[in-house]
Amino acid sequence: MTFKTKLMASTAAMLIASSGAAWADGHATHPETGDVLASEQTFTYRDLDESPSIDPGVAEDSAGGDILRDLFEGLMNQDADGNLIPGVATGYEVSDDNLVYTFTLRDNAKWSNGDPVVAGDFEYAWKRAASPELASPYSWFIELMSLENASEVIAGDVEPSELGVTAIDDMTLEVRLTQPLPYFAQMTTHFTTFPVHKATVDAHGSEWTQAGNMVSNGAYKLTEFVPQERMVRERNEMYWDNENTYIDTVTRLVIPDENVALTRYLAGELDRTAVPTGQFPRLSEEYPDEALSVPTACSYYYTINLTDTGNPALMDPNVRKALSLAVDRDVIVENVLAGGQKPAYTFTHWATAGFETPDIPMASMTQADRNAMAAELMSAAGYDADNPLAVDLIYNTSEGHKSVAIAISQMWKQTLGVEATLDNQEWQTFLQTRGNQDYQIARAGWCADYNEASTFLDLMDSNSGYNDAKYTNTEVDELLAEAKTADNPQANYDRVEEIIAIDTPIIPIYHYASVNMLNDNLEGWPVNNFQQNWYSKDFYKSAE
Amino acid sequence: MTAYIIRRLAVAIPTLLILVILSFILMYAAPGGPFNSDRPLPPQVLANLEAKYGLDQPFWKRITTYVWSVTTQFDFGPSFKFKDRSVNDIISQGFPVTLTYGFWSFIVAVVVGVSLGAAAAIRQNTWLDYLAVGISVGAQVLPNFVLGPILIIVFTLWLGVLPGGGWNGGQWQYLVMPVIALSTSYMASIARITRSSMLEVLNTNFIRTARAKGLSPTRVIWKHALKPTMLPVISYLGPAFVGMITGSVVVDLIFSTGGIGQFFVNSAFSRDYSVIMGITILVGSLTILFNLVVDILYAWIDPKIRY
Repeated sequence: MTFKTKLMASTAAMLIASSGAAWADGHATHPETGDVLASEQTFTYRDLDESPSIDPGVAEDSAGGDILRDLFEGLMNQDADGNLIPGVATGYEVSDDNLVYTFTLRDNAKWSNGDPVVAGDFEYAWKRAASPELASPYSWFIELMSLENASEVIAGDVEPSELGVTAIDDMTLEVRLTQPLPYFAQMTTHFTTFPVHKATVDAHGSEWTQAGNMVSNGAYKLTEFVPQERMVRERNEMYWDNENTYIDTVTRLVIPDENVALTRYLAGELDRTAVPTGQFPRLSEEYPDEALSVPTACSYYYTINLTDTGNPALMDPNVRKALSLAVDRDVIVENVLAGGQKPAYTFTHWATAGFETPDIPMASMTQADRNAMAAELMSAAGYDADNPLAVDLIYNTSEGHKSVAIAISQMWKQTLGVEATLDNQEWQTFLQTRGNQDYQIARAGWCADYNEASTFLDLMDSNSGYNDAKYTNTEVDELLAEAKTADNPQANYDRVEEIIAIDTPIIPIYHYASVNMLNDNLEGWPVNNFQQNWYSKDFYKSAE
Repeated sequence: MTAYIIRRLAVAIPTLLILVILSFILMYAAPGGPFNSDRPLPPQVLANLEAKYGLDQPFWKRITTYVWSVTTQFDFGPSFKFKDRSVNDIISQGFPVTLTYGFWSFIVAVVVGVSLGAAAAIRQNTWLDYLAVGISVGAQVLPNFVLGPILIIVFTLWLGVLPGGGWNGGQWQYLVMPVIALSTSYMASIARITRSSMLEVLNTNFIRTARAKGLSPTRVIWKHALKPTMLPVISYLGPAFVGMITGSVVVDLIFSTGGIGQFFVNSAFSRDYSVIMGITILVGSLTILFNLVVDILYAWIDPKIRY
């Protein structure tokens, strides 16, 4: 629709509305909800930035994942609550030792050019994603899936053909693991595992992801792609469930400025955009049906350097615990962030599937009690107003991180007399400083790769590459290793969280929520999907 | 003159080479790298990436390979961040966008700026002068990152007459706000330079002579005063033109035009080495070129200057 016709359409709509005529712009209804469907089924949303890649094997960011879940379909999908439902596979069987998964593919899945989707397309895609030749930054996901020979293939020690995935026939895919993974099937909803059409890659090389070249098997196909500006995805007539897909056109606009995006949302140009920092209280009052806060699979925390380069005073777990106790999380989430985040006393996000937040003593205390306990621990360690503890705190440059850091340093100052020196660093510099343990206390955030507590807690493993505190505790390592094969790992996770609360290598601060403005005519948004994995094919627009 | 141009172009080559080498060194001296993120890649994955993008090579080899492929094949290499695309793809997509809105901004800035400045000078100390000075001071102090969002609120949200951003192939509706936002401060500078320059020219002897000869005021201004007035304006226009056609990160960020300015700044943050280099070379070449154009224009306008 050109701008002019849009203008004419909106004028016409206004005229009809003002003449008082009954106006239902569509007659079809949704078979399940009975809602009258809007005549125009489009969904337009905003991304902050362009994704590095929309090649399933190479893609690396969550916005790219949103795009890929529309364009491609993996073995399994998630429903609105994050539960597994069939995708290209109708189901799977697991061997008794939990090491071999056999997926059965549906026979009516097709690529956008009409070719059938076969097990070989998955085999090709997975081997391609792991190959050193493609050098995908997400090849580690194949390793994370514990596929047989994954590490060796990535290291170039064996050929990609040796990877533990085989198409037995067109409809059967066999996957062999090196260790049982309770959440393996969940991982097949991730974009790295999506199938790739070999003939298209062979024909176009790295340009196969451009509009016009791309052949995909999802509910949508790529029809227009101007990087950093717009992407249009249109209904894929070949999709096996095309009949039950309502949204015809999905448009993704890149709008870096969140306030401009909000203005454009309010002008009706967008169906979804992020709520700018600090504006959720106002917007949820003015637009209660549109401002939406949902838990998001990330935790915000401070990590404490426990190596020789750290602050010697922070080697005492009681000092670290005092710092943690003195952080008034309620003030952070209610007054500083004000976007529906929740205070964190555990590292694992409260909404993680199958995870019951354990009773951490600190969580049930009042802030006054926490402060009293913190002051006690601090003076026992030899620090008081006359001999204050001095710490350095770094964060990556951002207004949000700055506000949190200022608030926390004030809390430390008031409760414990701690003199915190704040320092912000540009992102890449910050990563290097933190990664090299050239810090005392640093801001950090972690987002789940899959919906299970180990995606967070594995960071506390002594050998984790992401353990920036360099925290080592053999009991934690053992509990985490045991959890990998346990039928019910909750007890292990509880214990790890308890140990962390005592040792305090990190100070959990809050669990993320994502706050968005969402057109109230857009139905089917998966508010209960913790990873916010949405599929445009599940949406529809109801008439005004 | 021809010899001068050839000489200048010959100097441009080592200048560009120095620019390339310095940028290359500065870039690699900055901490971090294109494949750093808050979840560090496993060593083997990182090694594969570095091998693919040639980062495992020694520095001297990287820079010679780079200069060689740029000069012989005009190939700026693959983007480190946008893994589906090359730097040539990014520039050939983004630069036409920037060039389009930059060119129109330039036209608007020059036409409006020179008219405002000249009008103010000719009618010095009248309401017209105060109005023109007022407008140009206002335009100067209103930064485009403030002006841009205000334009969107007025034209998109309140009036609903213009789309709030995007490019859509460069249709005029999508051009209006970026052009206003980009041209305003340039327009203000041009107006002020034109005004003071023309005031000076109007007080010179040859203008007095022209008036004494009984020439009409229009003729005095158009035929005699305008050309010398333009000299300081033109020396400003050269860099201003390059600045406008090589884009504005603010315009790109606010209006989502997909222009090159945003790629330039983002590539520095994400350490997308090849994109930084590609755009630096582009901007550097254009700067050298338009400085030369300005010098030639100077000689053409001012008979006192000879090369």
